[in-house]
Amino acid sequence: MVSTRINESRGDRAFGAAVYIVATVILLIVAYPLIYVVSASFSDPLDILTGKLILFPKHVQFRAYRAVLVSKDVLLGYRNTILYSVAGTVINIVLTTSGAYCLSRRDMYGRTAITFMISFTMFFSGGMIPTYIVIKNLNLLNTFWVMVLPGAISATNLLIMRNYFQHSVPQEIIEAAYMDGCSNVGTLIRVVLPVSKSIVAVMVIFYLVGHWNSYFSAMLYLNDRSRYTLQVFLREILIKNDLGDMGAGSESSSVEMTLLYESLKFAVIVVATLPMMLFYPFMQRYFVKGVMMGSIKG
Amino acid sequence: MLKSIQRSGRKYWDLYLLLIPTAVYFVIFKYLPMIGLQIAFRDYMPRLGYWDSPWLGLDYFRRFFSFYSSWRIILNTLTLSALNLLFTFPLPILLALLLNEMRAAGYKKLIQTVTYAPHFLSTVVIVGMITAFCSPSSGVVNSIIKIFGGEPIYFMAKREWFRPLYVISEVWSTMGWNSIIFLSALTGVDQQMYEAARIDGASRWQTLWRITLPSILPTISIMLIINCGHVMSLGFEKVYLMQTDLNIDVSRVISTFVYEQGILATQTSYASAIGLMNSLVNFILVISVNWISKKLSEVSLW
Repeated sequence: MVSTRINESRGDRAFGAAVYIVATVILLIVAYPLIYVVSASFSDPLDILTGKLILFPKHVQFRAYRAVLVSKDVLLGYRNTILYSVAGTVINIVLTTSGAYCLSRRDMYGRTAITFMISFTMFFSGGMIPTYIVIKNLNLLNTFWVMVLPGAISATNLLIMRNYFQHSVPQEIIEAAYMDGCSNVGTLIRVVLPVSKSIVAVMVIFYLVGHWNSYFSAMLYLNDRSRYTLQVFLREILIKNDLGDMGAGSESSSVEMTLLYESLKFAVIVVATLPMMLFYPFMQRYFVKGVMMGSIKG
Repeated sequence: MLKSIQRSGRKYWDLYLLLIPTAVYFVIFKYLPMIGLQIAFRDYMPRLGYWDSPWLGLDYFRRFFSFYSSWRIILNTLTLSALNLLFTFPLPILLALLLNEMRAAGYKKLIQTVTYAPHFLSTVVIVGMITAFCSPSSGVVNSIIKIFGGEPIYFMAKREWFRPLYVISEVWSTMGWNSIIFLSALTGVDQQMYEAARIDGASRWQTLWRITLPSILPTISIMLIINCGHVMSLGFEKVYLMQTDLNIDVSRVISTFVYEQGILATQTSYASAIGLMNSLVNFILVISVNWISKKLSEVSLW
């Protein structure tokens, strides 16, 4: 590519410049709201209210964070979300891996029929109300399990993983393990999984991000406040403008609290999103792979 | 056949055991609700169960279509989906093409990292950001409007702003992530074609139109198929979270209406009937767009 530089025509140079200009505009548009959220969370709320905060905070302060980090709602939500996310992801991975591996064995009887039954659920579903009734009849409403069981396997992810096992794991090593008298489950654990770390990583990312950010099931299936997730409390604070226990602080007056709310809402966003954002740079390599694998047809 | 079952059973008995939890999951959480869909044709009473509740036939379907605002709800769903598709579909392709043309690896990486990031924000956070940014008293959007001498707009209270806000935020949050698939298709383009084009004196603009775009056309069409198949299955979360009494006219879509009727108003059977109709339409849509695409371009999902 470097050699082309010298004899690049004027048109090509204009094209190159246009590419960079448009790309930069997109970068700025996407980056601005992200930067603003972080800036506002550290800013003096008065600057936000009077429209002085445009990009970077003029008066840096941490009061909003102090209020967020002592809020019982936020801490409870955090604790619950971590619990559901970790337990949920473990269940997801165990079930998805075992299901995908079974269905990847070519000469296993009944595999095509079962794969069809699973794929069918991607195109047709009972919908919100019948699913709700099933969950209610199982007495799962308002339990820990309702947050991890109904979404225990994603058909899409299972099929992605099955494709990986079929096409990216050499079938010879599986046959060799079988010849050596290794059981099928043993083969999965000792032979297949060690060469499938990247797909497992992809699945962990997809499921974990899903659990962390999910709002729907908590809203639909939980009404016991002590089981609420972070997203449910976030909605109260951000969208319903309900400060919850943060507004009940005795030392600050309600006027002060209303003012603090201007930067507090941004601090809450940062606190709630930070784990995913810290995790994100390490995941980038894997999720690009994952999206690509999802696009390969089976 | 019996023999192959026996052979498979002997060789894979442990895998059949391992498959049980997966099978149980799909039966309970996916197929039981499908059996439960029959309550759309019955007056469901929890005490009597699915099979013994009185049969009503198509009563709920008739009721839905005679309800004065049903068409409004269907139209809202389609309008929002179509608008959303119109903007969220082409922009990731543009971004992927731009990234593909960029030669500065570091800057390219930066753009990718930043544009992928909003994918990791939850719907609640995104709607929270819209609410905060558009607040008439302290929102930055209105601060900027005021700097230029304009009057602040109470975006969240104006129903004509519901669709633009929905689509703009959707573009913002999905553009980067959705570009990954096109970018990976672009890396698969045969480099020899570019060499040949350059030797023939093609400009970069010509190369883009004659080589790059045609090479990723199959990916574009399959993604369009998938997206068109989903026009009636608009995500529930974001619409629900953005919904207020002030924008309900335009923000009431099928999924939120099902929730309203089925969960809040406990019209279980009625809501199931609407849900069933929606699922059927989705199913037919996916099958038919796939069929059309197969006829047109030999690209299909299966």
